[in-house]
Amino acid sequence: METNLALLLLFAPFAGFLINIFFGKKISRTLSGTLGTIAVAVSFAVTVFFFLQVSSTKVPVMVDLFQWLTLQNFSVNFSFQLDQLSLLWLMFVTGIGTLIHVYSISYMHDDENINKFFAYLNLFIFFMITLVMGSNLLIMFIGWEGVGLCSYLLIGFWYKNQEYNDAAKKAFIMNRIGDLGFLIGIFILGYLFHTVEFTGMKSMIDNKWPINESLLGVAMLCLFIGACGKSAQIPLYTWLPDAMAGPTPVSALIHAATMVTAGIFMITRLNFLFNLTPDVLEIIAIVGAVTSLVAASIGLVQNDIKKVLAYSTVSQLGLMFLALGLGAYEVAVFHVITHAFFKACLFLGSGSVIHALHGEQDMRNMGGLRKVMKITFITFLISTLAISGLPPLSGFFSKDEILLTAFHHNKPLWVIGSIASIMTAFYMFRLIYLTFYKDFRGTEEQKHHLHESPSLITFPLIVLAILAFFGGAISLPGMSWLNEYLAPVMAKPAVHEHLGTTEYILMSIAVAGALLGIGLAYNKYISKNEVPPQDSEITGIAGVLYNKYYVDEIYTAIIVKPIYAIGSFFKNVTEVAISAFIFGLGKVAVLLGNEGKTIQNGSIGFYLLFFVLGVCSIIGYIFLVK
Amino acid sequence: MITIVFYILSAITLGTAFLTILSKNPIHSAIYLVLCFFSIAGHYLMFNAQFLAIVHIIVYSGAIMILMLFTIMLMNLNKEDERHKPILSRIAAVVSFCLVAFVLLATFIKAQPAIREYKVSGQDYQSIQVLGKVLLNDYMVPFEFASVLLLVSMIGAVLLSKKEHINS
Amino acid sequence: MENILQEIGIDNYIYLATLLFCIGIFGVLYRRNAIVMFMSIEIMLNAVNLLLVAFSTYHQDAAGQVFVFFSMAVAAAEVAVGLAILVAVFRNHNGIDIDNLKNLKG
Repeated sequence: METNLALLLLFAPFAGFLINIFFGKKISRTLSGTLGTIAVAVSFAVTVFFFLQVSSTKVPVMVDLFQWLTLQNFSVNFSFQLDQLSLLWLMFVTGIGTLIHVYSISYMHDDENINKFFAYLNLFIFFMITLVMGSNLLIMFIGWEGVGLCSYLLIGFWYKNQEYNDAAKKAFIMNRIGDLGFLIGIFILGYLFHTVEFTGMKSMIDNKWPINESLLGVAMLCLFIGACGKSAQIPLYTWLPDAMAGPTPVSALIHAATMVTAGIFMITRLNFLFNLTPDVLEIIAIVGAVTSLVAASIGLVQNDIKKVLAYSTVSQLGLMFLALGLGAYEVAVFHVITHAFFKACLFLGSGSVIHALHGEQDMRNMGGLRKVMKITFITFLISTLAISGLPPLSGFFSKDEILLTAFHHNKPLWVIGSIASIMTAFYMFRLIYLTFYKDFRGTEEQKHHLHESPSLITFPLIVLAILAFFGGAISLPGMSWLNEYLAPVMAKPAVHEHLGTTEYILMSIAVAGALLGIGLAYNKYISKNEVPPQDSEITGIAGVLYNKYYVDEIYTAIIVKPIYAIGSFFKNVTEVAISAFIFGLGKVAVLLGNEGKTIQNGSIGFYLLFFVLGVCSIIGYIFLVK
Repeated sequence: MITIVFYILSAITLGTAFLTILSKNPIHSAIYLVLCFFSIAGHYLMFNAQFLAIVHIIVYSGAIMILMLFTIMLMNLNKEDERHKPILSRIAAVVSFCLVAFVLLATFIKAQPAIREYKVSGQDYQSIQVLGKVLLNDYMVPFEFASVLLLVSMIGAVLLSKKEHINS
Repeated sequence: MENILQEIGIDNYIYLATLLFCIGIFGVLYRRNAIVMFMSIEIMLNAVNLLLVAFSTYHQDAAGQVFVFFSMAVAAAEVAVGLAILVAVFRNHNGIDIDNLKNLKG
């Protein structure tokens, strides 16, 4: 019975995908969207059921389907594991997924390929569930690849625009580079442990199985590279801002709440292995902190509303990796959940704004929308306050725990994290001031058509805003439900923060920093009434930041151009040589044939002579030579 | 005495065979060949194979050579002055002649047949009666096939040499 | 009757037949006239027949002579058909020089 429910959880979105792909064009658009939504809602319902069950019994549900690969001393089963960690992830993946599906019914209503959109969304949810539910690294890898594929399909959804296709390709290729690291990590782990099952590896570690520590370190580093690719850390982060070419629900679902958290999920899953390699954890922490700072700095000057949110995502992911690197896995998970709530709300809100302005995404042409789009404004404000880290919203609790952990372990990283947080507050409020306050800077035509979005769009906004407001309750310092819930999955017990003077001082420093950021933004954009300059006028440090530190250009010069050069070398030199050789062989055959043709001269006497000589030689060979 | 007869007959055989090939006039070649056949019939008689000798004369000299002579006369080759083959081909012919002779004789010499006592079983094994019995008892099927073969060749020969009628 | 081979010996007959066969081959390769080539082929066949009869006497078995019988039948059939072909060729080329029959030149 449990197996069947688990399979229903897994395959309901896949069924939605199949229905929408094959029959989507024949049914109405609303029906197509509703079917997709129902598929994910079914998964959500089953997830809630399992969540309640596993919370109370504390016994994970294992679903073993069949034996997949069997080698000499290595076997892999196709099995799924519903334990506390995967159910937690499934809850917010399917929950936010359902809300975004509802949102998309209205947002994508005018698109004629809406059935494909919902099919791809359902396929994405299916692969994400596979990733999260897998009980070994290979099943997780199937899901890992699958979400990469769906990301590509969805980013390039409006395929008629070549730039969007390029963005989709970039996302897929960078993911692939990370996946190579992931695969190498899996291979090394399979070699070390003779299994890739999570439970199997954990029991071997608990039983003090002797392992090569340095090789394990290499494996974990490779796995971290995979996580970098998927979760957009340095150096594989440039695909995420470009991925904003996809429709806004896609950005909200994939690039804010679910796919990019896969890296963090994988590291949390393997926490018992990462605990054995503290060097790799240090690298993770440093990379996370630096990414957070760099992305926040780029976000300070961006003018596209979605690009700001994209860089904000990269920055927040950096903070999560910082937490992971310090060994505080539960804190990272907490931030993942709160970030999913408020980032999804922010993205959906920006989608609502873009929808109202008929595709305008440049903040310099917005303004004063709070009078017209009240619900969007209020939910947006709540989420912005959450991301800036003001109490008592969820973002404050999660971000503060990260900074506290950083302070206790590694002070320089605390400084970097705090600066990133201050920058976050600044640019988020810059965004909200430029978009919603002051007067409208767009065209008269757009101003005429301004209206609040329909209820299917505002309903998910409201739900997510409420979650962003109250979501911090799951892990309050001192009495953390989340830490207790995740305890069976973690190798080391969570550190109980003792709320002493240091902690309160640090909390107030963080809040003061956030208020400083908000104040600076207010000063610049409300008091002084500044509007960001046009592209041609941006110079100096702001220019460097605006051009993303020219990282894309560097990548093109160092990596892309040499690969093209190699390709054209192979095309123009190697292929020509090989085909000349092959055709040369053909020419040799023709030549031989032409020369051999002269034997057939039609003269009977000639043939008879060779007839006789042949008989002589045969008789001579058989009777005389042998 | 028998030996002398053998040598004379052999000389006639080989000589007429050579002359067949080397003479210019095809009619002369035909006559020489008839003489060759007669000498071979003499050989058969020395073997006491009377039936075979007579049949040999009837079939070869009486039928085959007549056929050839008729064809020669049909094509009016009496005074044929045929051009010789190129010198290279003729040298090649001589060379191959010597080569084949060498190979075959060497094979026979190398084989060194174990020549046993030439037995005389005394019983009659090749008179006409015995031959007839053997032919029509043990070799009945080939006999019938030979008759079919002759029928087919007759039909073939008639068909091949029919004049084509051009429909005007 | 006495076996003639006691007087002459089989090896002489082997030499005679071999020589006759080689004369036949020589004739086939030496002449251009198709009729004379046919005659050379008849010489070859006769050489074989002679040897067969010699060995029939050697083994005191009638099978050799039966074989000769059939060989003669085949020779007759072959000459008939061959000459018919020659006549057809003569009609087309107005001569039977085999070096003119080069239509199958590749």
